[in-house]
Amino acid sequence: MKTDIILAGVGGQGILSIAAVIGHAAVSKNLYLKQSEVHGMSQRGGDVQSHLRISDKQIASDLIPLGSADLILSVEPMEALRYLPYLSGQGTVVTNLTPFNNINDYPSIDDLNKRIKQLPHSIALDADAIAKQAGNARASNIVMLGAASPYIHISFESLEDGIRQLFGKKGTEVVEVNLQALRAGRAYTEAYQK
Amino acid sequence: MKKELLLGDEAIAQGAIDGGLSGIYAYPGTPSTEIMEYVQGSTQAIEKNIHRQWSANEKTAMESAIGMSYAGKRTMVCFKHVGLNVAADPFINASITGVNGGLVVVSADDPSMHSSQNEQDSRFYAKFAMIPILEPSNQQEAYDMAYTAFELSERLNVPVMIRITTRMAHSRSGVATKPAKSENGLQLPNNPRQFVLLPAIARKNYKLLLGNQANMEAISEESSFNQYFDAPNKKLGIIATGISYNYLMECYPERNCPHPILKISHYPLPRKKVEQIYHDCDQILVLEDGYPIIEEMLKGYINTTKPIKGRLDLTIPRDGELDPNIVAKALGIKTEEGTPMPEEVKQRPPALCQGCGHRDVYEDLNEAMVEYGAGRVFADIGCYTLGALAPFNAINSCVDMGASITMAKGAADAGLIPAVAVIGDSTFTHSGMTGLLDAVIENTPITVIISDNSTTGMTGGQHSAATGRIEQICTGLGVDPKHIRVMIPLKKNHEENVAIMKEEIAYQGVSVIIPRRECIQTFARRKRTEKKEN
Repeated sequence: MKTDIILAGVGGQGILSIAAVIGHAAVSKNLYLKQSEVHGMSQRGGDVQSHLRISDKQIASDLIPLGSADLILSVEPMEALRYLPYLSGQGTVVTNLTPFNNINDYPSIDDLNKRIKQLPHSIALDADAIAKQAGNARASNIVMLGAASPYIHISFESLEDGIRQLFGKKGTEVVEVNLQALRAGRAYTEAYQK
Repeated sequence: MKKELLLGDEAIAQGAIDGGLSGIYAYPGTPSTEIMEYVQGSTQAIEKNIHRQWSANEKTAMESAIGMSYAGKRTMVCFKHVGLNVAADPFINASITGVNGGLVVVSADDPSMHSSQNEQDSRFYAKFAMIPILEPSNQQEAYDMAYTAFELSERLNVPVMIRITTRMAHSRSGVATKPAKSENGLQLPNNPRQFVLLPAIARKNYKLLLGNQANMEAISEESSFNQYFDAPNKKLGIIATGISYNYLMECYPERNCPHPILKISHYPLPRKKVEQIYHDCDQILVLEDGYPIIEEMLKGYINTTKPIKGRLDLTIPRDGELDPNIVAKALGIKTEEGTPMPEEVKQRPPALCQGCGHRDVYEDLNEAMVEYGAGRVFADIGCYTLGALAPFNAINSCVDMGASITMAKGAADAGLIPAVAVIGDSTFTHSGMTGLLDAVIENTPITVIISDNSTTGMTGGQHSAATGRIEQICTGLGVDPKHIRVMIPLKKNHEENVAIMKEEIAYQGVSVIIPRRECIQTFARRKRTEKKEN
């Protein structure tokens, strides 16, 4: 089995935390993992991405080849579209719909929604709203992870364990909120798939 | 076996700690910064009291490392590729002195210039110095190389370079660690003159270095980091260095490449293996994540060899990093591509943070310079380089660390007056002080703006050597205290700050203006930490 994931967003939106949770989960299942990061843009409003590769066999390239990604997991709608050249024909885009508008020529949200709807396989959600309901709007990145989890081919329980590992030091309350966010995200996708 | 998920940088740091490291010296530089940061945060390193403070620049870092090596202990120095330019004088001469305690130099290159002025290839420097290079193809190798490199250095009596690129430095994978070795004890060199490079001694040392080359080659030939994979289709032979081996393997998921492969991760080149693949195959493809160094070595300038394919014949693009698609194309392997990026997707160029002090500095400076016109502001490397972009369009140069001051001086010498320099605090102590001294000695009419956010910002907020020292340094260098003006870059001070800038820009001598306000990122982090502790 292999899952090649492109994580996308704007600096500061928490995609590396998503990667860390998946990383913990993969290690706990003795899977091979490679995850490449972009450093330095978090403070400066630039686009950030991470190539995250999980496999039961040794992985060669740290970078995902074009047309090979099984999943684009984006916390921002415009960023979801930036990596379409990497998406495989059978791949899925799972994206947040809340725009991060920090440039002069940001496109209209209608145009973005149109493009996203045109994709052969996509799930789009208002992760910020779902996160707020779950207890903290800042957990929207974890909502996105939950929403994408059916496409990640790693047990949901191991992702929950990953949350516990990543946020454990911050106390049980923080862990609980993030677990709620994860489950709420997954529930959204499961309802959508029906 | 429990594996840790480590970045390439972190794997090197952990490998060094386990390999008997006593001290690590560095200046922040992407993509090398995380090596020092890992050691600084490592419980092991703290317990062993491994020396782990940032240096003022890469030259002082390199020299301190040579000093620790002189004293018998194992030491590592880390920088980005252009940092090696700054360290070049001690670096080259360290191969002539040789080492006492093992000395490992980690240079992290940035093909495609993700965050650099160029994509120079550090392997040239190692070849220039005639020392071995270890170039890992994955994070496990990066760990293993750092673990064994001190011994290699001590065995060969030269520094050893570990060379990585951005995609190795900033990519995470599982690494199995080894038992920690003990550090060396304090011990003076056996030959008390080893490190004295007077010509009479240097000539002897140099002959030793030259005589040692055959030894280095023999070790390379036997190294497990270089591997020859034979295969039946000899129409093509592939030489793959460092991380490019991964991209090659990505093209053959069943590990069934039909052509012979020579994987190179330990230089000097293993001559016999190279001869073998050249002899056996009709043509050779060379994959290097960097300059076509090996390609050029093999090719011959006047077309006397079998076809050597690579960057020089544009089988691979002449510039930029390698990736799995470029390698597949070079092999004639058809690949899928997704759909093109839609036109709705726009660029998000990096910009100065909202609330950054540099923003106020540029707004003030732009207004102060209106009467003189554009083209007179020289800057260099730091967050403030972003002042070149809209909405500020405030600076006209960025060449290398410290060049703001010296270029302003040169321009003023040519008659371009006023000439203004914008430099950061960390860059000032890195390499601005000597340029300022030049200007003071000649009383060149330049205005130097040291935009002090009390940090090394662009690389993530590391400690700045300048903090609390800038005024004293300037008066110590001889700047007239009447023309050292400190200000707080805030909107409410805009009019006053513009007036001060105008005064000093008009002054026909050296002025230093210090707009001082803590970086908002380090400020926020500090507040968060304080809140946690309370």
